[in-house]
Amino acid sequence: MFFQQLITGISVGGIYALLATGYSLIYSLLDFSNWSHGEFAMIGAYTAIVFSTVVKAPFALAALAGVAGGALVSFLCERFAYRRIRRNGAPNMFLMIAAMGLSNVFQQASNLIFTGQYRSYPFQLPVSTVKVGSAYIGVLDVVSLLITAVVLMALIYMINKTQFGLNVRAIANNAGAAKVLGIKVDSNIAKVFLLAGSLAGVAGVLYGMKYNVFPTMGNVGLKAFIASVIGGLGSVPGAIVGAMLLGVLETFVSAYISSSLRDFFSFALLIVLLLVKPSGLFGVDVQDKA
Amino acid sequence: MIELFNNINASFCSLFGINSYLQGVIIMVCINVIAVLGMSVLTGFTRLFSFGNAGFMSIGAYATAILTVRYHVNFLLAILLGACFAGLIAFLLGSITLRLKGDYFLITCLGFGECVRVLFNYTKNLTGGSAGFPGIPNFSNMLFSVICAILAFFIAWRFIHSKYGRNLVSIRENEVAAEAVGINAFRAKRMSFVFSAIYAGWAGALYAGYLMYIVPASFNLAKSCELITTTVIGGLGSLTGSVIGAILVTVLPEVFRSMSNFRMLFYGLAVVLIIMFRPQGLYGYKEFSLKRLIGFFTGKNKKAKAEGKEGA
Repeated sequence: MFFQQLITGISVGGIYALLATGYSLIYSLLDFSNWSHGEFAMIGAYTAIVFSTVVKAPFALAALAGVAGGALVSFLCERFAYRRIRRNGAPNMFLMIAAMGLSNVFQQASNLIFTGQYRSYPFQLPVSTVKVGSAYIGVLDVVSLLITAVVLMALIYMINKTQFGLNVRAIANNAGAAKVLGIKVDSNIAKVFLLAGSLAGVAGVLYGMKYNVFPTMGNVGLKAFIASVIGGLGSVPGAIVGAMLLGVLETFVSAYISSSLRDFFSFALLIVLLLVKPSGLFGVDVQDKA
Repeated sequence: MIELFNNINASFCSLFGINSYLQGVIIMVCINVIAVLGMSVLTGFTRLFSFGNAGFMSIGAYATAILTVRYHVNFLLAILLGACFAGLIAFLLGSITLRLKGDYFLITCLGFGECVRVLFNYTKNLTGGSAGFPGIPNFSNMLFSVICAILAFFIAWRFIHSKYGRNLVSIRENEVAAEAVGINAFRAKRMSFVFSAIYAGWAGALYAGYLMYIVPASFNLAKSCELITTTVIGGLGSLTGSVIGAILVTVLPEVFRSMSNFRMLFYGLAVVLIIMFRPQGLYGYKEFSLKRLIGFFTGKNKKAKAEGKEGA
């Protein structure tokens, strides 16, 4: 039982982690929480649905289309909304309000286009379970966990070892200085939005496989956001650890205490953690926040 | 006493020929105006951002509902107690979270709002859980709501134009400078937070008295978002703008009934466009004035401005 719950928790945490890293990347560059990030996952999931039902593409192709869809919308948001607001020299709070507005727009638009109906992919998904010791583990959980692990490792490699990653870290550290040294700040920010959007797309497709696809599924972004705060906003490894912690905590609370109190525990953990250690577990730049 | 009030309201409405549908719209406008005024003081004048005001609304609503139904408290006293209870909770919450800055304060508010909703769902004995709390006396008639809204506006206006209100504005513009001239920023922010929570609680109490039945789900994150949206549309830093924003946001969906599905879509778009092209909102930092309105239509205002510029 315990082992089984742990695997489920980690696999849920993996989906949170895919979104939470997106929050952290964007926060580290622009110092604002992109509230519409969860909707990119929703858009990715719906793109995959459209490709698999209307175009009748094979699953791998539909999933890739979902990832591309999330990335594209994320990029367009940055290109046409956030960039202009940044140029206005408005306070960061305005970026956040705009993101909230965008999130409303996407959620309502998908509600109008696809109706509130729950949808699932028209494929035979591996819903069977394997017996390991005394525990039954869902094949889907393991598959989703493996995909998450590969994607996150690629992300960490990209941030730490490539020229692009170096540019991003430089901008996060000091955007003005990075610009002086010849780094194209705006185009790198746009690339980060593409990257974050595609991660959200992966999360959306996986979430859609595990549960269903519905217009308000973007609210999972809220959980991911909490995870990235727990790990310390702006830190990618922190976001991953925070997401795993949150996923495991939620699964255990639902299993052993009460599933209706699950959200209460997540939010209470968030508040308590912020009061004790405002910078999160792996937080950077403490001075500004506490 | 409620009966007497309702009778006065009924005769008043029949005198002016206001039907019950119109009464309902006016009551909802008044409730939204009160909640948005609280939000405006917090977001527009202090530049603190709270996703938890729906939580305070639900605290006010449930406190009033429980007091009137279980303990048969007079509704005026119950509304007062409900609003003050929301304020007390805000005082306690603010005391521990207002030292956090920007995003972090906002996140704790969001977490608080959601915690309240989940708790009200869970405490079935006290609140009826997700099945709702029925049988609240119908005390929010039109006349009473309008009186409340006018009173709320008057108090907020006096508050913003008092010494405390000016302190808040100075914190909004530059917190460090405000502290340097001797304003206790933490206490001023807490005052603004409590003020907005009391208003939210007040609006929640009226809401309970209007619908006579409340469920925790109607005070969710979307409600908080709606309050912020309305404040932004009305203008960050203008009380009259907030009132006009609240009226617009409540009345427009009634006028365009057939398009009510598109309501939140349009609000979202409006917010994004306003932030992009007119970040100060409809009214900006200005208050509504008849003089400026007339000037706008006769073109006198521009002339005066141009002269002023030349003078400077």
